Amino acid sequence: MSSSTLDVHSHDPHGHGDDPHHQHHFATMEQQFDTSKIGMWLFLATEVLLFGGLFVGFGLMQARYPQEFVEAHEHLQRPLGALNTIVLLFSSWTMVMGVVNAKKGDRKKLVLFLALTILCACIFLTVKYFEYSHKFEEGLLPGHWYTAQATDTVRNAQGVLSHGYATFFSFYFMMTGLHGFHILVGIFLLSWIAVRGNRGEFSSAYYTPVDLVGLYWHLVDLIWIYLFPLFYLIK
Amino acid sequence: MSTSTEHTQDQAHGNDHEGTYLRTLVALLCLTIVTVAASYVDFGSGNIVIALTIASIKASLVALFFMHLRYEKPVNGIIAMAGFLFLGIFLMFCFIDFDTRDALRPVNWNGKMPMDIAAPVQSAAPAPAAVPPAPAPAPAQK
Repeated sequence: MSSSTLDVHSHDPHGHGDDPHHQHHFATMEQQFDTSKIGMWLFLATEVLLFGGLFVGFGLMQARYPQEFVEAHEHLQRPLGALNTIVLLFSSWTMVMGVVNAKKGDRKKLVLFLALTILCACIFLTVKYFEYSHKFEEGLLPGHWYTAQATDTVRNAQGVLSHGYATFFSFYFMMTGLHGFHILVGIFLLSWIAVRGNRGEFSSAYYTPVDLVGLYWHLVDLIWIYLFPLFYLIK
Repeated sequence: MSTSTEHTQDQAHGNDHEGTYLRTLVALLCLTIVTVAASYVDFGSGNIVIALTIASIKASLVALFFMHLRYEKPVNGIIAMAGFLFLGIFLMFCFIDFDTRDALRPVNWNGKMPMDIAAPVQSAAPAPAAVPPAPAPAPAQK
């Protein structure tokens, strides 16, 4: 690939023709790669702040309704949460192996590892689907839709239920829902990268899209690493 | 600058990291087992501390190795840390506000607020006690 690339660009009008992916406003391929990475990291920082607002809200409400949050979290299926954590961590490893093989220019292994990552993402969403349907059936829903109150103990003098339970599930559905949406976007991005990888578009000279999608995927994993203990393991 | 030589070395010996990535995965899975196991033991308020400490170790492993921050030029790490720094400031001031609100109430405060922490739903509950709230919505579309 690289030798044919050289041939194509031996008469490059911009005077630095070593790679068709090299855009002329960058001095070197390395500078171009680093610039893309900085852009991606800036985006990831905004993602941290996007989820951060929800984490802060969750923390405040946990401080306001400690007892309700502990009781509510008993309704979550801890083994399923743990399974999803393991699936996502494994998918992070397959993703990073995808990047390694993109860098090596190993097309078959790149596509294999990306396919494994997509498979893990689908397993994650399937488990999430079963968790959500279980909660819909039990009435463990946000706001005034919350109807599963048989075992809830925090009530006022008139026996009216505390808002804390419904608040817990408002945060649960908002945060896992937003995270699930990120997984869904990740599946589309991974598929796009897999199709391009299958065409042999990536090599040691150019694998930026694989690397950046990898960063996105690891951030989604990183957010789940915090979501899992906060929702499933709090005491 | 030494970072650029490291960068090219990193590209030349790309396979060297494969072992590191596998060890990172094993460490992450072990920490997951530890945190789940710890959640079944009652450490009182220590549970949340243990869970969040382990989560932070796991997040650091992912950021340092899977997201290559350990091998990167420092600027990416600085951007990442800036995100967490501002999240920390946000978190800190929200909790200072939350924790000091009672102390800042006026001296003639009558002891009632719309949603009091001591009696969470007192003022927001005109409905009689025994009647459950809204009927269950349609279950999940299947």
